[in-house]
Amino acid sequence: MTALELSRLQFAVVTVYHYLFVPLSISLSALTAGLQTAWWRTRDERYSRATLLAGKLLMATFAVGVVTGLVQEFQFGLSWSAFAQYYGDVFGPTLAIEGMLAFFLEATFLGLWWFGRDRLRPGLHLATIWVVAVGTLISAYVILAANAFMQHPVGATIDPATGRAVLGSFGALLTNPVVVASFPHTIAGAFMAGGALLLAIGMWRRRDDAVQGPTWRVLARVGAWTTLVGGAAVSLTGDVLGKVMTAVQPMKMASAEALYETTSHAPFSLFAIQLPGMEQPWSIDVPWLLSFLATGDPTATVQGIDDLQRQYELQFGPGNYTPWIPVAYWTFRLMIGLGVAATAAAAYVLWRTRRGRDLTPAWFADRWLLRFLWVLPVLPTAAATFGWLFTETARQPWLVFGLFQTRDGVSPTLTPVELVASLAGFALVYGVLAVVWVRLVLHVSRQEPTPLHPTAEESRPEPVLEMSY
Amino acid sequence: MEILWFALAVLCWVLFFALEGFDFGVGMLAPALGRDDHERGAAIRTVGPVWDGNEVWLVAAIGVTFAAFPDWYAALLSGLYLPMVLVLLALAARGVAIEFRGKVDTPAWRRRCEVTLAVSSFVTAGLFGAVVAVATTGLALDPTGAVVGSGLGRTLGPLLSWPALVGAVLGVLAALVQGATFLGLRTTGPVRARARRVAVASAVVGAVVAAGVGVAVGGLAALFAGVVALLGVATAVAAGWRHEGTAFAAATLGVVGAVVAAFTAHVPVVLPSTLDPASSLTITGAAASPYALTVITVGAVLILPGVVAYQAFSYWVFRRRVASERVAA
Repeated sequence: MTALELSRLQFAVVTVYHYLFVPLSISLSALTAGLQTAWWRTRDERYSRATLLAGKLLMATFAVGVVTGLVQEFQFGLSWSAFAQYYGDVFGPTLAIEGMLAFFLEATFLGLWWFGRDRLRPGLHLATIWVVAVGTLISAYVILAANAFMQHPVGATIDPATGRAVLGSFGALLTNPVVVASFPHTIAGAFMAGGALLLAIGMWRRRDDAVQGPTWRVLARVGAWTTLVGGAAVSLTGDVLGKVMTAVQPMKMASAEALYETTSHAPFSLFAIQLPGMEQPWSIDVPWLLSFLATGDPTATVQGIDDLQRQYELQFGPGNYTPWIPVAYWTFRLMIGLGVAATAAAAYVLWRTRRGRDLTPAWFADRWLLRFLWVLPVLPTAAATFGWLFTETARQPWLVFGLFQTRDGVSPTLTPVELVASLAGFALVYGVLAVVWVRLVLHVSRQEPTPLHPTAEESRPEPVLEMSY
Repeated sequence: MEILWFALAVLCWVLFFALEGFDFGVGMLAPALGRDDHERGAAIRTVGPVWDGNEVWLVAAIGVTFAAFPDWYAALLSGLYLPMVLVLLALAARGVAIEFRGKVDTPAWRRRCEVTLAVSSFVTAGLFGAVVAVATTGLALDPTGAVVGSGLGRTLGPLLSWPALVGAVLGVLAALVQGATFLGLRTTGPVRARARRVAVASAVVGAVVAAGVGVAVGGLAALFAGVVALLGVATAVAAGWRHEGTAFAAATLGVVGAVVAAFTAHVPVVLPSTLDPASSLTITGAAASPYALTVITVGAVLILPGVVAYQAFSYWVFRRRVASERVAA
């Protein structure tokens, strides 16, 4: 493999891995804050125990998110130094503002929340976790604005003398129509991930732990509602995002359907397969759906890949402007399919556990659901991963759409051997981290959930300690 | 404007090294100074609530460097590719080891986390020392700002030089001095006593090495090295006299002085080229556009005072010493 291919592979591996933990951090911080608020208002002990459990999951996830996120800040300089030089004016301020505005909040206040349980007044303590939750949202918005610039560059001009981007309007960068649409979509997806994790753990432990059964039930129901509402929000916002994307990157949406010819009343295929020797792929189509998804009008014309390729050749010069179609087609469907599956499972659990009812292993659907509970948290995370793979690979060959190609962004003197060495290092450390994280989540889930604040008998009187400073 | 931003970038780097320095030191020392799970737990607890906030100064520093000086950021990171990847991997292991240690209640789990913490803290402190030393002495930059060469030697080679080795030793010593004085300030009983002895010994060695560097390089840098060495002596004396606050302050000032010296050694050059002085990156040559600089200036002026305030609040909340008996392993 060339240095370019290895750099792309490394960026994909490191970024996808980081994003396994990001949605959980975003949603678990807000869910922990919500559960603690419920406890604060009702003084119901179930919420207190559920808060601490969600908080432990958050702490474990946040730690991995932080250390893998640090790598992201360095990646642009490490293997994409040409991109860093040409687009530093846009990306640098965005990353700097994100760090100053959001990361400090999250890191400092999460430390205050975890270690301040017996130091801070309950109201102040509750406020700290809300600050963490808000911090994760700010950070998500700013970083999505940076990504939106790559999808649809606004707010900067290219200096004709140097070929470098010059930031013109930070406000325009932050109000890019792509980020306005992708932020709610991403956040809704994040809540599905955290919801599904709590749902699975709650359902799993509800039966083994008779004493704390009610606490686990709270977790399961809160998780299921979060997943269901998140799933509904994901589809609504995804619809908006799809229309924005059709307007700014028609090639991406044509690739999502593998639509080669410009078509009106375009159908959307749920499934397609082309075996060797077949002239046309065999597919199950929903008539008019693609036209509707892309524009809101079921009769509208959707531009096809071949037309767009010809148009881009005229516009940008000779070259291949078509992304890798099978990847675009399947990642798009996997994103939708896995998200729908998670939402449906959450709706089913809510229905079966309504008003104090419970799943019954005698009923075969319930039995299967209980057996494959561990799949539930995987679904939204996998859907989000496929969504990112879709949106990033279907933008290719562009790094910044219409302005800067991926092959021009790589560090010029980087050699394959260095990249193989760093990839091996990331694979090893990240692999170990993943195993340890899963073990920790299982361990936390197996423990009996303890209250957020220790009871009077448990907390020993504190000796008068000297001040350090 | 560029000068202001260079000052701000240096400030972020200084705050990062000064604040994370004692985190690294505590990470290295906790397994050695604590004789049982409670003592080790207490030592790690001293940085537990604050280490992550300290590490974000690295995000701020690299972000400000990227924002204000994209060419400097690009040349430094791609030119020191493998060392920086190693730093990131070590930091990853370190952060997770601190956070995960207390989450599973078995001695074997804690032991593994402590060993990981100690080794990764040592590696990070040494590598950062080496990288700063290499960045001060320069890289083989060509006129485009790329480091010439190929293969593993291109970016690992600079680490196998005398300046890098001395930098690594100084980095580890600085972290040890800061960590030991911080533990002296924040713990009780036997851990506090052991930390004091380590502080005196490591401060003396650090002062000797710093003085040696001063003699070797001469010039203005020797003055800085002399001041750092004197601060090392002051740290040792204060720690010996049990003025723990003074000892920690002197150690931290020493780190601040060393980092400022390293970053401003060649002003207005920020990254010297060892091939041709004309290829060196300068403050003005590496800077972003005036508008981008204005954006981050406004951001920094609005945001950073708040950051400093709530981080200070966090240190205030966790101001009591951590007693080993009260830490549940």
